[in-house]
Amino acid sequence: MELLRFTTAGSVDDGKSTLIGRLLYDSKSIFEDQLDAVRRASVQKGSEHLNLALFTDGLRAEREQGITIDVAYRYFATPQRKFIIADTPGHIQYTRNMVTGASTANAAIVLIDARNGVIEQTHRHAFLASLLGIPHIIVCINKMDLMDYSQDVYIAILNDFQAFANQVFPDQDMRFIPISALKGDNVVKPSENMPWYTGGTLLHHLETIPISQDHDLVHQRFPVQYVIRPESDEFHDYRGYAGRVAGGFFHPGDRVVILPSHLESEIASVDTYGKALSEAHPPMSVTLTLKDDLDISRGDMIAGIEDFPEESCNIDAMICWMNPRPMQIQGKYALKHTTRDVRCLIHSIDYVLNISTLEKLTENKTLRMNDIARIRIRTTKPLFFDPYKVNRITGSLILIDEATNETVAAGMIL
Amino acid sequence: MDNYQLTHLKELESEAIYVLREVAAQFERPVLLFSGGKDSIVLVHLSRKAFYPASIPFPLLHIDTGHNFPETLDFRDWLAKSVNARLLVGSVQESIDSGRAVEEKGINASRNVLQTVTLLDAIEKNKFDAAIGGARRDEEKARAKERFFSHRDEFGQWDPKNQRPELWYMFNGKKRMGEHFRVFPISNWTEMDVWQYILAENIDLPSIYFTHERDVFYRDGVWLAAAPFMEMKPTEKVEYRRVRCRTVGDISCTGLTLSTADTVEDIIQEIAATRVTERGGRYDDKRSEAAMEDRKKEGYF
Repeated sequence: MELLRFTTAGSVDDGKSTLIGRLLYDSKSIFEDQLDAVRRASVQKGSEHLNLALFTDGLRAEREQGITIDVAYRYFATPQRKFIIADTPGHIQYTRNMVTGASTANAAIVLIDARNGVIEQTHRHAFLASLLGIPHIIVCINKMDLMDYSQDVYIAILNDFQAFANQVFPDQDMRFIPISALKGDNVVKPSENMPWYTGGTLLHHLETIPISQDHDLVHQRFPVQYVIRPESDEFHDYRGYAGRVAGGFFHPGDRVVILPSHLESEIASVDTYGKALSEAHPPMSVTLTLKDDLDISRGDMIAGIEDFPEESCNIDAMICWMNPRPMQIQGKYALKHTTRDVRCLIHSIDYVLNISTLEKLTENKTLRMNDIARIRIRTTKPLFFDPYKVNRITGSLILIDEATNETVAAGMIL
Repeated sequence: MDNYQLTHLKELESEAIYVLREVAAQFERPVLLFSGGKDSIVLVHLSRKAFYPASIPFPLLHIDTGHNFPETLDFRDWLAKSVNARLLVGSVQESIDSGRAVEEKGINASRNVLQTVTLLDAIEKNKFDAAIGGARRDEEKARAKERFFSHRDEFGQWDPKNQRPELWYMFNGKKRMGEHFRVFPISNWTEMDVWQYILAENIDLPSIYFTHERDVFYRDGVWLAAAPFMEMKPTEKVEYRRVRCRTVGDISCTGLTLSTADTVEDIIQEIAATRVTERGGRYDDKRSEAAMEDRKKEGYF
């Protein structure tokens, strides 16, 4: 069974929580005691129907205010796949949560309220999904029941969205589904109300989207996470480099280069607990041993000998700012990239992006919470990276405020 | 290319191993919170795999309420020995005796909440900077909001409305003196994943997970084990039944399931057919809608 991670994006009242509740309910992933609790709460709140949205509320404040504050993770499985849902809030002030949920997702569901069509928030959500490199976007046009299940309404919204998408992310894999989360049309069960749609239910798409190509299987990348030295009699001279394969395939006998030293060696073994492997690929956690005794530590990278990542202290990146304290130009931050910790200086802002109009504001020199901008960073030590478009692991970074220790920005290297 | 897609268990295992190695790399004094339950047993197994052929680079800490099933304690001692790990025990009884914690009274008295005092004292005394736990997001609605690396202030408190964003697989373990982290490597596992993994890896479990006969009594829809310190209502009566534990806490809060499952395969079948959540049998969660959220904010597991 494979694992698919997906995220949901929609504005307030687009029916996002209802959709997730519907997926869980119709796929029989809800237990009796959860159902009882939601039944009781629905009655208490005076809902006519079983309020499916209540399945996804977590914190007390969320139940009180009827909103989602933070990313919540949900799980369900069908005989085909296991699913992890990152349920992210749709409020504008919570863009950081959406970016968080999107960063590890294979697919994003973008919800559109059929009554409102494509609105500013839709652009924002679709753009973020694409910026975060989510391989598959599923656009669900929801509340079709309130528009008489009209094909014309669906087509108009689809065309509207596609016009925007062609301009912004022409190569993105996209699918469109007309649904009613409340009534259950095309979520798990095919809709009898929309015979004109034959493209498969949402669950069908989630079960069948091909995901084996979502990792970078081309460029050999192994960020060293931890050095294993048993210092025992049995493994006296053992020195293993533990980590998670970030790209490509690693085999015993492969010639590799170590960064930053640029020393070359050969892989002696690909180890796991009690068993040596003939091959490792993303996202496996393994331990590599090398033929030569070299000085290698956490933050170094083992890469293919004719296939280096880029190596530089000057980084151009798109970043999403996530902290109430605005970014300080010329300010210093801690930077994490793969397993490497460095410090950096914000050199300059190229432009701040208006993600509703996609206008590049070059005059704007402040970056506030939830803003997206292209910036230049200078690091104290070089990073070994690939463009984010090529590899989401070696192409991503985070910035940390050294005064508060808070994670303040997510960066995608260009 | 399809064979380059890991199975869900392999992918979850790889993720958990990555998180455990990140703990060892980022923190000076990590500790693994060991409850004797299946989730923490899986964590020990994953830790062994993560650092092989070296031994596990952190000790195990058990917070003992003094009301544990004897089978759990025997198993705990055996497991620590077999993986060659140092075992530390924090005693709730000692916290009560020293006046740091006050015993609850009455019919529903439990030492479950008191564990927080003992746990935070043990973390402070040993200067642990990261406490690894087996909590899973699918268990409970407040836990669904947890990060892998979850920051705790110097009072051990969790602030769910102001958590650090957690992006990709980059974990920010930076903290001030006196603060610590809770780390949850199996966040993304479900109950079913844990059992499938136990089966696939042939992991040993304490006998109370399998069917056995025991003195029990029925209260508010849950079977509880009869024990000298369990106060019973006059209407409740002890019966001898075939039961097993679906989750393991201490005796006062662990609901038992009537079951004849005596292998992991049987248990998987039982869970696949069950219509009640795992924590549905946990007496500690029944106190209110936000029982877990409130305990977690104060520093509970």
